[in-house]
Amino acid sequence: MELTLHVSLGEGSCAKQPMSRKRSYSVLPGFGLTMGYTLTYLSLIVLIPLAALIVRAASMSLEQFWAAAFNPRVMASYRITFGTSLVAALVNSVFGFIVAWSLVRYRFVGRKLLDALIDLPFAIPTAVSGIALTAIYDRNGILGHTLFQWGIKSALSPLGICIALTFISLPFVVRTLQPALEEMDGESEEAAMCLGASRWETFRRVIFPALFPSLLTGFALAFARSLGEYGSVVFISGNLPMKTEITSLLIITKFEQHDHLGATAIAIVMLVASFAILMSINGLQWYLAKKFRG
Amino acid sequence: MSVENKHGIQDPLWVQWTLITITIGFVAIFLALPVAIIFAEALKDGLKTYAIALKDPAAWSAIHLTLLVTAISVPVNTVFGLAASWAIAKFEFKGKSLLLTLIDIPFAVSPVISGFIYVLLFGLQGWFGQTLSDWGFKVIFAVPGIVLVTIFVTFPFVARELIPLMQEQGNDEEQAAISLGAKGWQTFFYVTLPNIRWGLLYGVILCNARAMGEFGAVSVVSGSIRGKTATLPLHVEVLYNGFNVPAAFAMASLLALVGLLTLALKTYLEWKVKQQRRELALVNE
Repeated sequence: MELTLHVSLGEGSCAKQPMSRKRSYSVLPGFGLTMGYTLTYLSLIVLIPLAALIVRAASMSLEQFWAAAFNPRVMASYRITFGTSLVAALVNSVFGFIVAWSLVRYRFVGRKLLDALIDLPFAIPTAVSGIALTAIYDRNGILGHTLFQWGIKSALSPLGICIALTFISLPFVVRTLQPALEEMDGESEEAAMCLGASRWETFRRVIFPALFPSLLTGFALAFARSLGEYGSVVFISGNLPMKTEITSLLIITKFEQHDHLGATAIAIVMLVASFAILMSINGLQWYLAKKFRG
Repeated sequence: MSVENKHGIQDPLWVQWTLITITIGFVAIFLALPVAIIFAEALKDGLKTYAIALKDPAAWSAIHLTLLVTAISVPVNTVFGLAASWAIAKFEFKGKSLLLTLIDIPFAVSPVISGFIYVLLFGLQGWFGQTLSDWGFKVIFAVPGIVLVTIFVTFPFVARELIPLMQEQGNDEEQAAISLGAKGWQTFFYVTLPNIRWGLLYGVILCNARAMGEFGAVSVVSGSIRGKTATLPLHVEVLYNGFNVPAAFAMASLLALVGLLTLALKTYLEWKVKQQRRELALVNE
């Protein structure tokens, strides 16, 4: 089983798991050329720039790093970013599950269109989504108008950030769950029903446990994406330091104040967080693959 | 509503109706409404808004810059994607999964951080910044920086689509071509390329959509100098923050249109790839 992640658009839809196929020594030419090119290009575009960040961070003393990465304003931005990302990922786990379930299991008019629409957040530039969401949830927006009257601050608030992050990260949950739902065979649930389990019990004890790893993966991907999101959030959030300032924005603010060390320290913390999340997904998938292979 | 028996036991009708209603409601409010509102806002005063927005030379320069950046970064990443997938899918070597992980890195790095690492390299305080500026070459707050970060954020798209596809197709056809005396390039152009064309196109349009729409990374390195280093998404931001909201939505609607086109093409290509895969499975049987 291939264990690397597809965090890309159209996850799982086009890039299915490759068949494992034993290959003998290849007679094809071009390995040296393509491999050399790949490694050179990878180093120039990805590895050296990343190394610049790490070297810059290593040049700081521990106290310096600590003061830059964990001062009160930065801590507040972590709380807001991680908190809203968590809420968005949880909301999407619930609704994404329902959406994926309906799209795979039921047949209704407009299903194909709905399925295609799921990828909208990937296809629309984040800045465009940002101003669109603000136009909807702002005090004068079509939904915001009513929500504000009810005393619900749907913009310039953490709730506004949650809305933007929910929009941006929905496809991750749906696109991770869909292949898992499609691959499920009906036999085990039929067996459970025949043995006298109720529909709800069958769902809880047979179907849900089988889908849980995919749900968890989708949740983690959505969470990781939300942590770094910038464009869709900055218009709706209001960007008030200590209150609605997300970490991505704080990095830009530090950088604009020529505080490169401050920005570096925060960037390192966020980078470590997102790598840790993605690695734990990889670990989880590796563990499950091993478990099921026996 | 028709019944489908493939997936286990059917849910009771009231459950189906409830879940379908939630699905449609959620997708309509959370996904469709934002897109609808872009066009509604842009067309509020008819096409006049477009005429005014497009009279601004800054708009044209933004469109021009966006097209330029895309025209450089997409082909560059396509060539890389082809090279990487050939090396990874057609050959066995140690460290393959490490290489795959490294190629995925740009997806795991947030846009703002992607932009920032290039500032650390090429900014005036950066590794190469001073030398380059002595030579009179500006990267940050200039077009080269925008191109570089766009290449970074769209780096894995084509490779990520092609590697699994090529692995699945195997080497048999290429080996046959080589043993019949075809040259390496001939094999690639006449055997491999036709086989992967839909997957390749799929990767390219995704790469293209992201390249045109990238905001966070670009806004770090560009400095958003109106009429000079503002791409279309940055121009939208400048207009919006300058309280020229109708023009902002008019420009945003152009980007949204590209997004919708991408979505339509993508759906079509997925269908094509699925069809091709089914044919392949049939041949293998």
